[in-house]
Amino acid sequence: MSNNQEGFRIYEYIAFAGITLFTFALCVSMGSVSVPIRDTITILGNSIWGIPIPATITSPAIILSIRLPRVICVALTGASLSLAGGAMQGLLRNPLADGSTLGVSSGASLGAVIAIAFGITIPSLPFAGTMVMAIAFAFISLIIILSLAYKLDYSLATNTIILIGVIYSMFISSILSLIITFASDKVQHITFWTMGSLAGSSLNNARVLLMALVTFGGVILLHARELNAFAIGEENARHIGVNVKRVKLIIMIAVSGLIGVCVSIGGTIGFVGLVTPHMVRMITGPNHKRLLPASLFGGATFLMLADLVARILLNPLELPIGVVTSFIGALLFVYIFYTSRRKTHA
Amino acid sequence: MLEVKNLTVQYGNLIIVDAVSFSANEGQWLMIVGPNGAGKSTILKAISQAVPYSGKVEFDNTNIAKYKSHERAKIIGVLAQSNFINYSFTVQEVIRLGRYAYAPGIFSRQSEGDERYIAEAIEMTGLGPLLSQSVLTLSGGELQRVFLAQLFAQNPRLLLLDEPTNHLDLLYQKQIFALIKEWLKAPGRAVISVVHDLSLAKAYGKQALLLDKGKIKALGQIDEVLTAKNLDVVYSMDVYAWMRAKLGQWK
Repeated sequence: MSNNQEGFRIYEYIAFAGITLFTFALCVSMGSVSVPIRDTITILGNSIWGIPIPATITSPAIILSIRLPRVICVALTGASLSLAGGAMQGLLRNPLADGSTLGVSSGASLGAVIAIAFGITIPSLPFAGTMVMAIAFAFISLIIILSLAYKLDYSLATNTIILIGVIYSMFISSILSLIITFASDKVQHITFWTMGSLAGSSLNNARVLLMALVTFGGVILLHARELNAFAIGEENARHIGVNVKRVKLIIMIAVSGLIGVCVSIGGTIGFVGLVTPHMVRMITGPNHKRLLPASLFGGATFLMLADLVARILLNPLELPIGVVTSFIGALLFVYIFYTSRRKTHA
Repeated sequence: MLEVKNLTVQYGNLIIVDAVSFSANEGQWLMIVGPNGAGKSTILKAISQAVPYSGKVEFDNTNIAKYKSHERAKIIGVLAQSNFINYSFTVQEVIRLGRYAYAPGIFSRQSEGDERYIAEAIEMTGLGPLLSQSVLTLSGGELQRVFLAQLFAQNPRLLLLDEPTNHLDLLYQKQIFALIKEWLKAPGRAVISVVHDLSLAKAYGKQALLLDKGKIKALGQIDEVLTAKNLDVVYSMDVYAWMRAKLGQWK
């Protein structure tokens, strides 16, 4: 009955990290040109320690300058989106909540697109303008969606909040399409913003993603206990002494930060935050002290595999990564919705 | 212990609670009774700072509004009418959260006393055999007992109960009220509860507050408050005759 019984155990960390690392090596070695996994590991290992790569190994450039940054970005995006999804599902005690189902990701893309189309930049930090706008719009979207939900249905029923999210997403998408049509010379194609892609991402992107994950993700991880209280019920959380207003605000900012940064780099990759925590919950249970760390690894693994499928399924053509995640996510959404409805009516 | 002065709650122009003053002292069990819409639950919500109000709510001569969330939770505990959980937390996880107020910070560790209070709460409510069971598998009565255990672990001095057994069958109703009566025996504690069932109020309450459309109709020892004269006016019917008729069937 000790306190650490609730936490994520060491051997679980090792197991999850092992699976993630294996997936990582697999995803770096596979692709349009397959490099044997042993060679991949040699290339990675040698370049980390600064040992020259043996000439017998072909194509170290593909591994190091193309696939490696991409897979790192994919893993970090997967981890971030899953953590954000897990936090939202706890905060709103709604297993269907996710950046994409609530419309937060659409909001973030609108922010990013506006920044690009109207040339909003922050002096000396050219990339930050897009990112800050994406985070700000993600936050505003969350506020709008939640205030609407509270107005319509104070108990925050699953259906109400998802319905609002869907309508909000569609509304934002229409504005998004409009802006992209007018500014087609500046803004990337609409599919990037609706389906996402991490093709061509750089190590610089990875650095930004890592920083966001450490700061915003760290804040979420430190609030696991409060999220448990929210997941049991907001009223109960208040009764046991949680400062519900402050915690809600902190989590919302952290979630917006994660989603905003991910969207500004990789577009809207849907359902990642829905799929991962749901799968992970089956192993760890709903306690956020276990669920959240496991979601980090699970999300990285899931998105790396999804990206791999997107790259090799129709080789040499490449699918947008969101096609893969949405395909899996939408099916799972129906399943969760169905089972949770049955529970309620039992 | 608790001093409520001139409490008024208003939604727009609608006055729900109208200048209500009362107090609750150590060892007291105050029953708030009255018809639907009289403002009973709203009074509890105001005391636990869940709704905006005017007037003053003081605990041991300190304004409750000034307390931080976790400090308030150490003094006042609330048992809601019903709780619905979406995720399969275990019984133990829900009970343990009752100690949140004693280690509210991000880095604060749980204190030594935690385990003792948690064990006591489990012992009192007899939930030992269910500890690692998922709350989703529990009946409404069992779930309410879990939240009562959480409340006991929280160890507040004042308990606010908002019709805690409204949707429970008789056995659980009896269990919950018996447990609260037991809890109240320790020194320095008091209970205020909103109850619909006047017989239940009479059976467990020592003091009563009869509300009529947000105003106090009567306040004092329960037998002096729940008189035929008072009740008939508030409920617009012959309450005693109705109660006797209901009981008469069981001879």
